[in-house]
Amino acid sequence: MNSHPLAFLALFAAVAAAFPLALLAVARVWFRFIQPRRPDAIKNASYECGIAPTGDSWIQFKAHYYLYAILFLIFDVEVLFLLPFAVAFTALPAGALVAMLVFIFLLAEGLVWAWHRGHLEWK
Amino acid sequence: MSEPVPPGFTPTDAERDELRRHGILLTSLEELCDWGRSRSVWPLQFGLACCAIEMIAASMARFDIARFGSEVFRASPRQADLLIVSGTVTKKMAPSVVRLWNQMPDPKYCIAMGACAISGGPFKQGYNVLKGIDRYIPVDIYIPGCPPRPEALLHGLMQLQEKIRGQDITATAGPGGAPGSDCPVPAFGGHDLVPPQNETLWHPPALVRREDA
Repeated sequence: MNSHPLAFLALFAAVAAAFPLALLAVARVWFRFIQPRRPDAIKNASYECGIAPTGDSWIQFKAHYYLYAILFLIFDVEVLFLLPFAVAFTALPAGALVAMLVFIFLLAEGLVWAWHRGHLEWK
Repeated sequence: MSEPVPPGFTPTDAERDELRRHGILLTSLEELCDWGRSRSVWPLQFGLACCAIEMIAASMARFDIARFGSEVFRASPRQADLLIVSGTVTKKMAPSVVRLWNQMPDPKYCIAMGACAISGGPFKQGYNVLKGIDRYIPVDIYIPGCPPRPEALLHGLMQLQEKIRGQDITATAGPGGAPGSDCPVPAFGGHDLVPPQNETLWHPPALVRREDA
């Protein structure tokens, strides 16, 4: 029998599918016959650290927050590279300073752009 | 060579040990389930007062609650089996504790850790401290101490495991499995929590005067 050299991948895929499905099936049987099931209003309520939940759990998050996170990365990355640079500063050649200034310029440029576009104002 | 096993035969512990020595493991679904349950009791990540510091210590390397399968402190009651009431339950906090208990799925267990959780402890005479969490939710294990050392918590956990091991497979919390999820959440009343206790769980002790006293 001359099978494809990658045929064993099909076996792997079958096992990979069968294993979680078997576990889910066992869980299903457990859920159906053994699990003590006593739902009520409190148990089904959305979880808010034990406080009585207010409103719906389906709320919209402001997409604006995402921009803030991106802008934070500018400072984050800056600190990440500036700190080791500052520690080794005295042993570095002048070229390193120029490289670092370019690096800061590139990041600061992004910040200035975002500032100019008014992304720093919470709307 | 040997007689057939009669129907309804239940081996004693000694007979089981004998069989185990010969490589035969006798068990039932219930035993297997309890065995698994008792060794994977996941507590709710919920600390109330100084006892919580001891609870945290118990989960760290020196005491290592992971040896008992309980290191997985869950941040959500949906995934927790065990509520460790670790510290003073103020009346302000009591509704939250009861709500968290109600949100835990069965089978669930409760450990009252320390004097405050058991009875109000040093704050028993205070106006704002609940005089024992067992007034609202069914407690399985009481661990005395102020605060109890991590070893005491571990011992309490072992006692709980012992209790789980003898349990029915469909057991729910509370006496007779009755009130597990349905513990009424107390509300803030004019002077005290309303209701002041869960009537199915706790009654104020009746004063009995002896004639000869």
